Amino acid sequence: MPGHSIELILSRQLADCLNVPVFIVNPIGTLLFYNAPAEEILGQRYEDTGEMPVGEWGSNWYPHDGEGNSIPPDELPLVMTINSKVPAHKTFWIKSLDGKSTQISVTSIPIIGRSGDFSGAIAIFWNNEFIP
Amino acid sequence: MRIKLHGTRGSYPTSSTDHQRLGGNTSCIEIIDGEERLILDAGTGILGINFDEDYPNARIDILLTHLHMDHIQGLGFCKPIFDPEKQVHIWGPGGSPQSLQARLNRFLSPPLFPIPLRDIPSALSVHELPNTPFKVGKFTITAGFISHPGPTVGFRITSGTKSITYMPDHEPMVGRQPLYPEDSWVSGFGLAFKTDLLIHDSQYTQEEYWEKIGWGHCSLDIAVEYSARVQAKKLILFHHDPTHPDTKTTQLYLDYLKQNKPDFPIELAVQGQEIAV
Repeated sequence: MPGHSIELILSRQLADCLNVPVFIVNPIGTLLFYNAPAEEILGQRYEDTGEMPVGEWGSNWYPHDGEGNSIPPDELPLVMTINSKVPAHKTFWIKSLDGKSTQISVTSIPIIGRSGDFSGAIAIFWNNEFIP
Repeated sequence: MRIKLHGTRGSYPTSSTDHQRLGGNTSCIEIIDGEERLILDAGTGILGINFDEDYPNARIDILLTHLHMDHIQGLGFCKPIFDPEKQVHIWGPGGSPQSLQARLNRFLSPPLFPIPLRDIPSALSVHELPNTPFKVGKFTITAGFISHPGPTVGFRITSGTKSITYMPDHEPMVGRQPLYPEDSWVSGFGLAFKTDLLIHDSQYTQEEYWEKIGWGHCSLDIAVEYSARVQAKKLILFHHDPTHPDTKTTQLYLDYLKQNKPDFPIELAVQGQEIAV
């Protein structure tokens, strides 16, 4: 019975310990986990949504630029990292399920473990409203 | 299959009278099926193997979970590596900027050891473990990285319809209990799922664990939770803490059984013990 790689499992354990929002996706972009601070921004609980394919999470929160133009999933940092296996960064807006628009910045990095296999990517993001 | 426990102690070997019941040698077990044998880890327990009688063939396979000292300190003193007629195959985790051979050489070379690895008389082959199952004789070996500092694997060994899983050093969750509810997020789950025999770390008391988070070991109650979760058919508690007298380790075990009544057999690993699977 295959499970997640140890580097993904330890990434989730790290995410659980952090007070900044964290997303973890697998190599095909499926959202595997997001932590409690991420739930605050997204307006959804991981326990309620579980895993989500990229087409779903990439559009569920209506990522858009400052003029309200929708950002396609391929231009989101996590998806860029999945496609290129290099870090990516972007600032954009999301609309959570409660309808509120929030400006966030996202930095994503690839997860490549000791076996050399590409296991996915982890993204740390933050709500720019709370940056002094 | 039969499993022989040659070394059950964690951290460092001990000859204390307090450790005579469970044994003082560090991690080493043998897996036996008919005439074929595998050695897992090379702690001081490996010195208890009867190489003259039990290894008539030239080839000897030693699988290392990781390179912490208590898992390799018997390697430099075990008889076959000095026998030019023997082919000794050492398998261990890769995943480090230095090769396995280079890392082993740091221990098996001066000043820590008198002879450098290249001068060892046996035909020595050092293999980094593959990411996919492989066969040695009739044994199918699956190695997977698990939660422990540094490159560390657990092993699942199958022969015929039987399997054993060996995780002598394992901290399934770092500073958190219980395990995640989803099986795929449990360290080493696939290695241990429905195994016939799970040999698992249980070094600390509950209280000690919370003082040693991230050191790579777990407590008896975590080992039992893990074993129940992976549906192991039997659990052997391994890697006994050398600072605990055996009377304490045994009492903790008996108290746990009395209070929790697990629905699968659990035993303390005893040096010299043989277990049929």
